[in-house]
Amino acid sequence: MQHFYFDHNATTPVAPEVLETMVSCLGQVYGNASSIHHFGQAAKQKLEAARRQVAALIHASPAEVVFTSGGTEADNLAIFGVVRAAGRPLAHVIVSSIEHPAVLASAAQLEREGVAVTRLPVNANGIVDPEGVRRAIRPDTVLVSIMHANNELGVVQPIAEISRIAREAGVALHVDGVQALGKIPVDVETLGVDLYSMSGHKLYAPKGVGALYVSKGTRLAPTAFGGHHERDRRPGTENVPGIVAFGAACELAERTLAAESERLAALRDRLESAVLGRISGTGVSGRYANRTPNTSNIYFDGVDGEAMVIALDLRGFAVSTGSACSSGAIMPSHVLTALGLSADRARSSLRFSLGRTTTAEQVDALVDAVEASVAHLRRISVHA
Amino acid sequence: MSGGVDSSTVAALLVRQGHKIVGMTMQLWNQRRLPELAPETAGHGRCCSLDDVYDARRVAEQVGIPYYVVNFEQQFEEQVVQPFVEEYLAGRTPIPCTLCNNYIKFDRFLEMADSVGAHRIATGHYARVRYDEASGRYQLLRARDGSKDQTYFLFGLTQKQLARTLFPLGEMVKPEVRQLAREMDLAVASKGDSQEICFVPNGDYAAFLNAYLKDKGVEPQSTHGSIVTTDGRTLGEHQGVHHFTVGQRKGLGISSKEPLYVISTDSQTQRVVVGGNEDLLCGRFVARQLNWISIAGVAAPVRAQVKIRNKHAAAPATIHPTADAGCVEVVFDEPQRAVTPGQGAVFYDGDLVLGGGWIG
Repeated sequence: MQHFYFDHNATTPVAPEVLETMVSCLGQVYGNASSIHHFGQAAKQKLEAARRQVAALIHASPAEVVFTSGGTEADNLAIFGVVRAAGRPLAHVIVSSIEHPAVLASAAQLEREGVAVTRLPVNANGIVDPEGVRRAIRPDTVLVSIMHANNELGVVQPIAEISRIAREAGVALHVDGVQALGKIPVDVETLGVDLYSMSGHKLYAPKGVGALYVSKGTRLAPTAFGGHHERDRRPGTENVPGIVAFGAACELAERTLAAESERLAALRDRLESAVLGRISGTGVSGRYANRTPNTSNIYFDGVDGEAMVIALDLRGFAVSTGSACSSGAIMPSHVLTALGLSADRARSSLRFSLGRTTTAEQVDALVDAVEASVAHLRRISVHA
Repeated sequence: MSGGVDSSTVAALLVRQGHKIVGMTMQLWNQRRLPELAPETAGHGRCCSLDDVYDARRVAEQVGIPYYVVNFEQQFEEQVVQPFVEEYLAGRTPIPCTLCNNYIKFDRFLEMADSVGAHRIATGHYARVRYDEASGRYQLLRARDGSKDQTYFLFGLTQKQLARTLFPLGEMVKPEVRQLAREMDLAVASKGDSQEICFVPNGDYAAFLNAYLKDKGVEPQSTHGSIVTTDGRTLGEHQGVHHFTVGQRKGLGISSKEPLYVISTDSQTQRVVVGGNEDLLCGRFVARQLNWISIAGVAAPVRAQVKIRNKHAAAPATIHPTADAGCVEVVFDEPQRAVTPGQGAVFYDGDLVLGGGWIG
């Protein structure tokens, strides 16, 4: 059976050109980038070239890019790093209620350590109200952390407006950009963010590599301790092949982003109009918000999302009920319920996320399979 | 697929027979939810542990079938754990496995099978199902391996459920199953058997009850009361009727010349009645909420062997219909020890399971 992949927000396949770069690096560039000799220098050159590629994609300067093991580590480093650098016994942090668990769980840990946390609501389209951020800021607020694009909905937050408010108040702004990077243009200068989390495997690089943008002048305490790597911000011998692949993926994204996002938006619209047109009791969550071009979150009333994922997988279509990090959980998605969806509707939602290899034929085949699966599931639930 | 040897062997057998199958593990209970209950053992030998899911996944990979973990925690809590807790607090001795079979394994799971387009479900239970042309009914029979027979926990299965269920191990004895698992080189071939109630660590149901009620934010009720004899003498105090079950001898905290047993508990008065072994004997009882399997019901008294708890050897009895079609009266030929409210009563005719009900 042929399998088609509609779960690019969970992870992406490594792009062929990225793979080629990485394999050649793995085979040839084995030096430790901190070593003085020829081998170390070769590795260091690759490392810094990759840093320039990542920096170029987000319009940062290379010195502002700190490589990490991925998005979760970048989020942790940003949140704990800023709070610890603030050095206040009593601090306050603001996050949105639809953040990724890497942010929400970090905030919850800070809370256990005595830091006050405000979780901002979103409107029915999944958008954080910048004025809500303004109202939540207190004298002891040290950090605002709001994601750029949501992993389940693709909804893009008004980061530039939020950053103006944070800046006026002198509060650092961290943005989890894991689901935005490579999908929409990112310019940290225009956005006005202080910290920006990135993950390689969401944009066709391998798992295990990511980065945190830390703007010049942002105070960040290390959260792990060891050598002097990454300007004393993140110790540990650099994962040079992974970083090189990440750099290549960023360059690829920069080259292809405009055309690819147009292509994906058309495919997504094709998917949504076919599903909404052919299947009753359906709707797109966050439809009227500014969204990343590849993500569509659709509810199918009366259908159990978990059963639907399995039924579709057995037909050869890989989709998900929400973030891969929360699958297997009994609670309906915190993102969908924050939008105001009922628990039932949240449980009947599926996330379709498209990518480089998605074609119109695949989308059409997916719609057929979804239509058949929904009809089957609704038929049996009538009999049950 | 629980990750144990039985369901793993079922999966491998069905693949070998050429069936198209999908493997599923039911995630029923989060073992990390009540951390005060021996968290250090949370990974081992209990239902839904990460180790068991790992094992099940490995077997699915080995035999080459699609495999999924499906989450029924909410239904399990509502339909199995909560009734279990309520029954104990009401001074009864529940059997959650029967509820789990009735409402989860052969109901919710069957729905999931429907959802993915599966026609049948197969489990590693030791029992047999066959269709009887004459009566037009699906019959449930004891497993060939009498020591492993699980029909006592399956008396609630409906005809609809049985029609779609396969018990491939029903004709096999456990050593054969292990042998087969070894022959097929299954990674779990020598894994130990699961025991007791899957969500209650170490069989300590009183500790589970306390931890669960605390987790739910329910104030522990003041449940202490007195221990009295059958003739009304007070012998001592106790910490709650849910610590006692009919027939229990240990843990009464009372010294006596003659061995003392719990005869009954009363959650209204919080009294635990104790007496001698002879006081435990009971000749008749009423079984409620009946489910008939191999026969449609009883219109006149019927001879049967009746089993009143899992370890009980079914005893000869006569089943008398009552005015209420949902109840029968069971009259034993010889009085039986510790007929316990909350347990099931299962009616057998030899290997055939006629049906069963709850001891009220």
